[in-house]
Amino acid sequence: MSGLDWLIPVVLTVITASTPLLLAATGELVTERAGVLNLGVEGMMLVGAIAAFAVASATGSGLLGILAALLAGAAMALVFAVLTISMMANQVASGLALTIFGVGLSALVGASFVGIALDPLPQLSIPGLSAIPVLGPILFGQDLLVYLSFAILAAVAWFLARTRPGLVLKAVGESHDSAHALGYRVIAIRYGATLFGGAMAGLGGAYLSLSYTPMWAENMTAGRGWIALALVVFATWRPGRLLLGAYMFGAITILQLHAQGAGVEIPSQFMSMLPYLATILVLVLISRDSTKIRLNAPACLGKVFRPAR
Amino acid sequence: MALRLERRAQHSQLMVTLSPVIAILLTLLSGIVIFALLGKDPFLSLYTFFVLPLTSLYGLTELGVKATPLILIGIGLSFGFRANVWNIGAEGQLTLGAIFGGGLGIAFYDSDSALLLPAMILAGVLGGMAWAAIPAWLKTRFNANEILTSLMLTYVAVLLLSYLVHGPWRDPDGYNFPESRMFSEAGTLPLLLEASRLHLGAVIALLVVVAAWVLLTKALIGFQLRVVGLAPAAARYVGFRQKRLIWFCLLFSGGLAGLAGLSEVAGPIGQLTPSISPGYGFTAIIVAFLGRLHPVGVLFAGLVMALTYIGGEAAQIEIGLPAAVTGLFQGVLLFFLLACDMLSTYRIRFVRQPAAGPVASVKPAAGEAAAQ
Repeated sequence: MSGLDWLIPVVLTVITASTPLLLAATGELVTERAGVLNLGVEGMMLVGAIAAFAVASATGSGLLGILAALLAGAAMALVFAVLTISMMANQVASGLALTIFGVGLSALVGASFVGIALDPLPQLSIPGLSAIPVLGPILFGQDLLVYLSFAILAAVAWFLARTRPGLVLKAVGESHDSAHALGYRVIAIRYGATLFGGAMAGLGGAYLSLSYTPMWAENMTAGRGWIALALVVFATWRPGRLLLGAYMFGAITILQLHAQGAGVEIPSQFMSMLPYLATILVLVLISRDSTKIRLNAPACLGKVFRPAR
Repeated sequence: MALRLERRAQHSQLMVTLSPVIAILLTLLSGIVIFALLGKDPFLSLYTFFVLPLTSLYGLTELGVKATPLILIGIGLSFGFRANVWNIGAEGQLTLGAIFGGGLGIAFYDSDSALLLPAMILAGVLGGMAWAAIPAWLKTRFNANEILTSLMLTYVAVLLLSYLVHGPWRDPDGYNFPESRMFSEAGTLPLLLEASRLHLGAVIALLVVVAAWVLLTKALIGFQLRVVGLAPAAARYVGFRQKRLIWFCLLFSGGLAGLAGLSEVAGPIGQLTPSISPGYGFTAIIVAFLGRLHPVGVLFAGLVMALTYIGGEAAQIEIGLPAAVTGLFQGVLLFFLLACDMLSTYRIRFVRQPAAGPVASVKPAAGEAAAQ
């Protein structure tokens, strides 16, 4: 098996690069399925990242840090929900405001945390299993958030496809007027979906500041929130394809690092462009088929709901 | 008692005009809270942030320096936002404008031709337009969301600039600093005032405001933009060509963002450096909304947002506040603005509610319907 040894670090780093995308995109997928387009993912991730880092470095507990990120992300989403769902503000503009606000807030809170190092989240190695060559460290040697990202995605897929509340949530996203007429509480459901999206974005941020690079830097998400938004389109709002998309992007991110390590003679800036260019390419490929987008996108995505009397 | 939103029969023009003022006042109020939370004297901080910069001639000229790119970009974005074309990548188009125009300035660094500056300005506009043409093409040809593509291109543009100033365009006599040569005198925007940094770009921005106002009120394209924004269905019936509007909005805003980028590097900066903008392209989004998507409004909104930049700098120097306070204020202002905008379409009513419960909350609504 020693011939595959080089593969282990590659796969391990792909997992670390994919996890924050998967977490944030899973949350946004649920939000969008309920008909709410929250463009503030980048801002919510940043606030989640600094909340997790601040609490973890103050208390020494990664778990409390994760909890703080969940709450911080949800709190950010609450501001968005009040604006767009209760006050019926434009969702695109409100999402942009949320990102601008999140960038500023996280930089302000984070100013005193720059340059502090943190012990990364511990790996939850399962004795015995993680000693299996190749597969062991990959499958059984990850930290809590990696396992969580898979568990939550599976739970979301099951929730949307197999449960009654999941069907109701999708109905709200497809036709809020019909759902309202049937007696479903459109506003409450949208609040719930938006808060879930915020909490998940916070979790994605927490992974960045607690595990990926256990430190805080201004704007450390570097566009991952926006890539997560693109991933939801790429997945045509289906959880299964989200997994594929997130890991494809993780692989592209890591490809540039390993190419540089292998001595490929391309300036680093061009390699760093790859994830962004890939996002554009993927968006183009998937959006080209406009019927496909129309059929899969929640019909009420981004539309204001005014309860009819 | 409960709050209820009730739709106005007519859009309130008064509230459309007033809501930016209310939003600014609310932002100042929340500033008191923010400063107090940061452990600073709130009123001294507010004074330092929002008044002190305006008490000196230099401060006023700096206001013009910062407002210039914000107004240029804000004008461009406001056209697109009217027609629901969401160009979020102005920061990238600004960067490409700086690269195109600045590249010319570097190539002719020893020239003293009077043609150099106009050529650089033209190249800057073209650079911004070229960068904005990509999302326009992807949107019209492949239906790709322009919000995401234009934003992704911003990251690409900043990396491209970083490559250029670290590599081929680095000043050969610059001790390996990642900076280009300084542009020649002929490749720099002339100053309007001695001992300040206020440059010709401010005049260009004012001209653009006037031109945009004429375009919006007198030209067919301006009429189309207004119709698409107010009544998209009507625009479709009349047969306005959606694709042409998308192209126009993106090229127009991209060109102005490119102009802003060029006026930064050929103005206060004087060379290409890895970071040429403190996020003007993003702040201009707020400028466009705060200015009610109207050229004259954008002019004032640009000045207000410019104040948050110099106020942030003053507060950093005078009372040691972190620079990030600027971004926080900008976000808070946009939140308040969006919330206040609701008041132009809805009025708030206080409704007396009987015992709580989902059924009870429906009843007063039915009563109102009967009353109308």
